[in-house]
Amino acid sequence: MLSASAVIGVSFAYLLVLFGVAWLGDLRARQGRSLIDNAWIYALSLAVYCTAWTYFGSVGRAASGGVWFLPIYLGPTLAMALGWMVLRKMVRIAKTYRITSIADFIGSRYGKSPLLAGLVTVIAVIGIVPYIALQLKAVSAGYALLTAADGLLPTSSSQHWTSDGTFYVALALAGFTMVFGARHLDTTERHEGMVAAIAFEGVVKLVAFLAVGIFVTWGLFDGLGDLAARAKAEPALSRLLHLEQGGSFAWAQWFALTLLSMLSVLFLPRQFQIMVVENVRESHLRRAAWLFPLYLLVINLFVLPIALGGLLYFGQGKMDPETFVLSLPLAAGQHALALFAFIGGLSAATGMVIVETIAVSTMVSNELVMPLLLRMGRLGAGAGPELTRLLLGIRRAAILVVLLLGYGYFHLAGEAYALVSIGLISFAAVAQFAPAVLGGLYWRGGTRRGAIVGLAAGILMWAYTLMLPSIAKSGWMGIHFLVDGPWGLAMLRPEQFMGLRGFDNLTHSLFWSLLVNVGAYVGLSLWRAPSGQEASQALLFVDVFQRTAQSSPVFWRGKARVSDLRRLCERFLGARKSDELFEGYARRAGLRSVDAIAPDPRLVQYVETRLGGAVGSASARVLVASVAQEDPLTPDDVLRILDEASQLRAYSRELEEKSHSLERATTGLREANEELKSLDRLKDDFMSSVTHELRTPLTSIRALAELIRDEADMPAAQRQQFIGIIVAETERLSRLVNQVLDMAKIESGHAEWHISTVDLRELLQNAVTITAELFHERGARVLLAVPEQAPTLQADADRLLQVMLNLLSNAAKFVPNSGGEVRIGLLTDAEGATVTVQDNGPGIPPDQRGIIFDRFRQGGDAQNRPQGTGLGLPISQEIVKHFGGRLWHEAVDGGHPRFLFFLPWHAAGARPDNRQTGEKA
Amino acid sequence: MIKGIDAQRLVAVFLGGWVVFNYPLLGLWDQDPTLLGLPAFPVALFLIWGLLIAMVAWLMERPGADRADD
Repeated sequence: MLSASAVIGVSFAYLLVLFGVAWLGDLRARQGRSLIDNAWIYALSLAVYCTAWTYFGSVGRAASGGVWFLPIYLGPTLAMALGWMVLRKMVRIAKTYRITSIADFIGSRYGKSPLLAGLVTVIAVIGIVPYIALQLKAVSAGYALLTAADGLLPTSSSQHWTSDGTFYVALALAGFTMVFGARHLDTTERHEGMVAAIAFEGVVKLVAFLAVGIFVTWGLFDGLGDLAARAKAEPALSRLLHLEQGGSFAWAQWFALTLLSMLSVLFLPRQFQIMVVENVRESHLRRAAWLFPLYLLVINLFVLPIALGGLLYFGQGKMDPETFVLSLPLAAGQHALALFAFIGGLSAATGMVIVETIAVSTMVSNELVMPLLLRMGRLGAGAGPELTRLLLGIRRAAILVVLLLGYGYFHLAGEAYALVSIGLISFAAVAQFAPAVLGGLYWRGGTRRGAIVGLAAGILMWAYTLMLPSIAKSGWMGIHFLVDGPWGLAMLRPEQFMGLRGFDNLTHSLFWSLLVNVGAYVGLSLWRAPSGQEASQALLFVDVFQRTAQSSPVFWRGKARVSDLRRLCERFLGARKSDELFEGYARRAGLRSVDAIAPDPRLVQYVETRLGGAVGSASARVLVASVAQEDPLTPDDVLRILDEASQLRAYSRELEEKSHSLERATTGLREANEELKSLDRLKDDFMSSVTHELRTPLTSIRALAELIRDEADMPAAQRQQFIGIIVAETERLSRLVNQVLDMAKIESGHAEWHISTVDLRELLQNAVTITAELFHERGARVLLAVPEQAPTLQADADRLLQVMLNLLSNAAKFVPNSGGEVRIGLLTDAEGATVTVQDNGPGIPPDQRGIIFDRFRQGGDAQNRPQGTGLGLPISQEIVKHFGGRLWHEAVDGGHPRFLFFLPWHAAGARPDNRQTGEKA
Repeated sequence: MIKGIDAQRLVAVFLGGWVVFNYPLLGLWDQDPTLLGLPAFPVALFLIWGLLIAMVAWLMERPGADRADD
């Protein structure tokens, strides 16, 4: 045995670690570095499904029924296969409408019905309290076993509750749950620290169970094969390895258990809390869909080996199989392992209790206490100060009450049932939510009346056919009504209702309860069409994937004042939170300040949804209705609003397209404007350049002409020289004027082009011949390198010659006075021809390279700028562009300039816009 | 409700799971011969279970999985 202080010390140390993990989770959440925003953590937290029932009870079940522990885990596996569809829809709905619990979900779906939400809460409490008791019982039994003097088990019920460790465990759990589950009133009802702790517990229980499994299989026995062989040798154990254990296999029960667990994994309040409410991202469901089933598979691997090992080790009937996880290591003297196994069981139990208590207390406070207080007028409009503290107090009290109920139940009834049967009874109660939830997700026609009557009938049938018989069997009441039926009516016997035989009592109860549940739900839904409020909520739920924040219809008609709504928020959420909410709303609506908010239906819906996150949808509905004048919603209204919404959606799409095209047009206009401005500037520059260029020759012409006029006795030679200069200057003037006209013509598209077949080799030769004299004067060499063959192209030969002459005369201007050299090259490829003109003059400084193609811009500084009009290169560029080519400049080694132009073979005459041509040189 | 090929595949896995884990297919595995010294029936159960999980994992995690809505 282990000393009590050791067990208690380690247990509380473990709970402290749990506090630490939860505290860290909350801290990280506040810092914005969420610990649980992680698909692995999310999947691990779902393992809260595995409670002490799994941890201890599965082995017990396997020891008596072989593979019969498995359906409880196959159901969730199958459910998770559909998780991406069904669960994601639930998550989307819960996030969109700030759903806080499964009661809120069902109540909200059927027209925000407080009655329905309350009913779900009551069912959840009735169904869950025994389940919480079961966890406490497991912890208590485990503790008793660990501390018992060899084999002697004290009965825990004989103890006074003040000396019962379980009571303090329950109190510690209540404390934990209050701290991490009801610290602040949140409009999302999410508890990051708690989820982190639950995921941590998921790891602990898995590792502990596997450790025991490995110890039993390979420590006590010689592996799985050895266990199987030994079991086979004993007929009583051998049958555990087979499906048909002597009799015919109860297929119906197998099916029912699978179905039951499939529904439970979706609708147990704690599963709903962890999977739906605490979900951080929908995409996490992808990993959880397989990782959570895998977790279940792994934790079940050693269930059968431990069961067989225990039966072989202790002998059959000597030891309760539900204790094997603890008693096997203990009996083998592995006290540390036994303690670890106990911590694993503790983590399984505490995880379940914490989450379940949070979920149930949220329901109790939001769906039972709040509506009651509202009805009593205690919280009505205009009464009372800020209620946040009160709401939190209610939540905390609910936590304590639920846990104490669980503890009380454990004390009263704990000894009566095996773990497994308590768990299954809870599962069957929770399964009653299935028709209302699944129908509500996919069927618009489901009504409030149908859901209420279906649920009520289902739970009554469950109580009559399952709960009552189990109470009777535990000896609290006579069992004669089980045998003979109430008032001797055999037809009404709870376990053979209507004379239905051949099922075990669980299958029997599940069949009848779900039958009347579904029957009433569908029947009553079809009997009367849904009301406006129901129809609107149905649409919001069923079509949740088709709605976005912008286009979702707002089903509300009436008048409200912003100040009233704001006061409501302040009272229930606190001033700071309320300010944040309204500021957020104004920001999203694109308003300048909170004062600009209009009291339209969208604001009312916004406030109601946020309030619903704190107090539940049904209560929020009542609260908002208390401060607003509302017009009742008829089914016709719903259709009209829906119609408006879809029209609005169409309009908004149209509007969006229009605004996009407007934006594009604006951008285009702005660019055009910029271009115009720069063109205007260019024109001004151009004008001043032209006048400047014209004035220089004009001034010299005028000065010389005046000299000739005034000095009659000027020597003839000098007169001749002056006249020569005048003629040259005049020529320069007319050249300039011609070029300006030429440029204008080309740019405006009025230039004439004479297209003929051009042989570039001939053209280059021609250009060299024409400029030979020029280069000769400058003492420069011209080197022409052309291929022997070159295709011809269709272009204007004179214009191309103009380009060449321009480039060559440029080169002539810049070559050094001695040793000048100009190289002319022609390269052809499949696409076109590239002509290069390279000289060995000084290069163009990098800062000027961009402007040499601008009009009147010339290379070189103002002092030693050579003669020229500054229009040659721009005109050449326009010509080359006209034939689909381009003209550009490169600096070659040594900084010498090289001009290149590329002409495509097949673009003559055409002028493609913005043609991009790769570098060819 | 079931748009997209992946959603249909998931539904198929779900229905397939129901079929293989129920009457009469489940009974087919209840054989005497052993697998590597282990009883055939429990081993088969866990293998089929693992296979189902692997299929869901493949559908959920493979890159370029169909991201269709519902």
